[in-house]
Amino acid sequence: MIPLSWYLIAAAALFCIGLFGVLSRKNAVSILMSVELMLNAVNINLLAFWHYHTQLQGAGQITPQVFVAMVFIVAAAEVAVGLALIISAYRRRETPVVDEMTLLKG
Amino acid sequence: MSFWRDPINFIIEWAKGLLAGIGWGPGWATTVGFVIGAFVLAAGAMFFVVFLIWYERKLIGRLQDRFGPNRLGPWGLFQPIADMLKIFTKELITPSGVDWIAYNLAPVLSVAAVLMMWAVTPFSKTFFGVNISVGILFLIAVGGLGEVGIILAGWGSNNKYALVGALRAVAQLCSYEVPFVISALVPVMLTGSMSLVDIVEAQNPWYILVAPAAALIFFIASVAETGRAPFDLAEAESEIVAGYNVEYSGLKFGMFFVGEFLHAFTASFIFVTVFLGGWRGPGADQIPVLGLVYFMIKTFIVYFALILFRGTNPRFRIDQMMDLNWKVLTPLSLVVIMVIALVDRLFASSADWLRTVILLAANLVILVVAERLIRRGVKTTGLEVGSRERPVASPDNLFIQPGSGAKG
Amino acid sequence: MSGLQIVFLIVAVVTLFSGVMVVASRKMMHSALWLILTLLGVAILFATLQAGFFAIVQVLVYIGAISILIIFTLMLTRRAMDDEHPQVIKGWWLPAVMAVILFGLIAGFLATWKDFQVMLNELPADAENLAAFGSALVNPAGYVIPFEVASVLLLAALVGAIYIAAERKEKVG
Repeated sequence: MIPLSWYLIAAAALFCIGLFGVLSRKNAVSILMSVELMLNAVNINLLAFWHYHTQLQGAGQITPQVFVAMVFIVAAAEVAVGLALIISAYRRRETPVVDEMTLLKG
Repeated sequence: MSFWRDPINFIIEWAKGLLAGIGWGPGWATTVGFVIGAFVLAAGAMFFVVFLIWYERKLIGRLQDRFGPNRLGPWGLFQPIADMLKIFTKELITPSGVDWIAYNLAPVLSVAAVLMMWAVTPFSKTFFGVNISVGILFLIAVGGLGEVGIILAGWGSNNKYALVGALRAVAQLCSYEVPFVISALVPVMLTGSMSLVDIVEAQNPWYILVAPAAALIFFIASVAETGRAPFDLAEAESEIVAGYNVEYSGLKFGMFFVGEFLHAFTASFIFVTVFLGGWRGPGADQIPVLGLVYFMIKTFIVYFALILFRGTNPRFRIDQMMDLNWKVLTPLSLVVIMVIALVDRLFASSADWLRTVILLAANLVILVVAERLIRRGVKTTGLEVGSRERPVASPDNLFIQPGSGAKG
Repeated sequence: MSGLQIVFLIVAVVTLFSGVMVVASRKMMHSALWLILTLLGVAILFATLQAGFFAIVQVLVYIGAISILIIFTLMLTRRAMDDEHPQVIKGWWLPAVMAVILFGLIAGFLATWKDFQVMLNELPADAENLAAFGSALVNPAGYVIPFEVASVLLLAALVGAIYIAAERKEKVG
């Protein structure tokens, strides 16, 4: 019997931590990890509202579950491509730091 | 409920009554019951390993024309206990430069990941930890925690061999998860449920008779998941000294060792649960304790096969291992799942025995075709080494102590 | 305060603390290990919401696959692992202030909603109806198009990741 507000506050805090990470970290891998934190915060919110609506309407809601599944899929795809890009950039520029990737030409 | 039919539940009910007698509510009693049950199961698993080590050493010894442990106790049965005492009293060395948390967390994680698999497996009709609706998924997810333990060990112990071993191990586990999951989907599809309890209940006949191709892929992939020979590249002594556990000593190494043995045993009983009908057998429905006996017998047969697999195959090279996974097992498992889905749907309205026979035939056709295709790709030029006749220790002296009159 | 609330508070505090450590720790590897703890905490939060399926999928996908991939990348990009230079930019206080302000805005905005303090009661056992969820994913009247698009996305990511990260034999610039 947990208030809905606790989940929403926790998710908002996690989202803001992730946002801080994305804006302030130098390393590209770090930025990806922070993005993962933000996506997780979104998932907490979606599932909290799934619980809330299921409770309101008395029947299981499908749409939030589909959204959560999509977030999982997109996160997996994003990490795979993002890390491949980081490895590729590291190979050419010998750095994973985004500030040093200053040239448009590979 | 009589004691002899179902001793475990009898004891549980009795303990619940005892707790209720001293005034505990049912909620607390259940919680305490779960904690005690988890403790007993984990401790039982740990003690079981002692016996497993003896069993495996004895068998491997026979496979290699040796006696195996035979000095301590009847048939050397107490040898693992002596080894255990030795490992308890050894010094715990922490090398310099290790990452303290990662280094110490890794052995715990690698055992815990295996023990968590015991929580969802039905050992008999009435004896299981929990029946969660996504049991198979839980098994796979928990396997992922084991990977984290290995990578922590490799990275935390500040040693390049450990790191190489961990990278190899994780590459292997991640890759073999693909055919493992896909072939595990076949029983899920035939049952219509991911709960292991439901899968066991639905096996009539056993799924190995319905889908032998899926069972074969599942078996190979789960051997690879346990990381034993012929898939023991992660701890290949001759290449990378001992892999990810090279810096561990004493009880911490013992934890990895126990984790590996327990994982092999766990893999064999998961195979039994998913493909060999779990506790099912004549009379097991009425007398649940009989189900436990059947379960253990089947598990030891599969474990025997696993040791045979280990003892008779040379270690793969890393490229061969990856080739086997990505070029053979993964495409084969995709074909198997598609064919089974199609056949199961096409013959959904026909009689059960007919559908089973057609599924079996389809599986056998897939296996034969796959075997032909693989043979075409592999050049095998036979090269005979050694002579055909060689002296072999005769199997009639399996349990006889040397020196007690047996012919060597 | 019930037992479940205490569990929630402990898990949430651990999750948020390790989330802070993900963005604050200097060693990249530690940051990745804290990330694993955060993801585990989020999985437990899912379980307290009675979404057991997603809790297990969270462990499977995030811990079993994504964090392992991240650790692999950290090991492959060697310089990422040294900890001599600060890991955050010079003006890191500006994003921090922005994040705190954003958190205040979100919390304040949410607090004006009438159902903000509503209690989440225990759902019936079949609330998380996986069969209905599964058939909705392949139902033309349901979510088959997002499902197919997602599978194409995954395939594209698979092929793309291999293409980008594979070492070319010819000269690279």
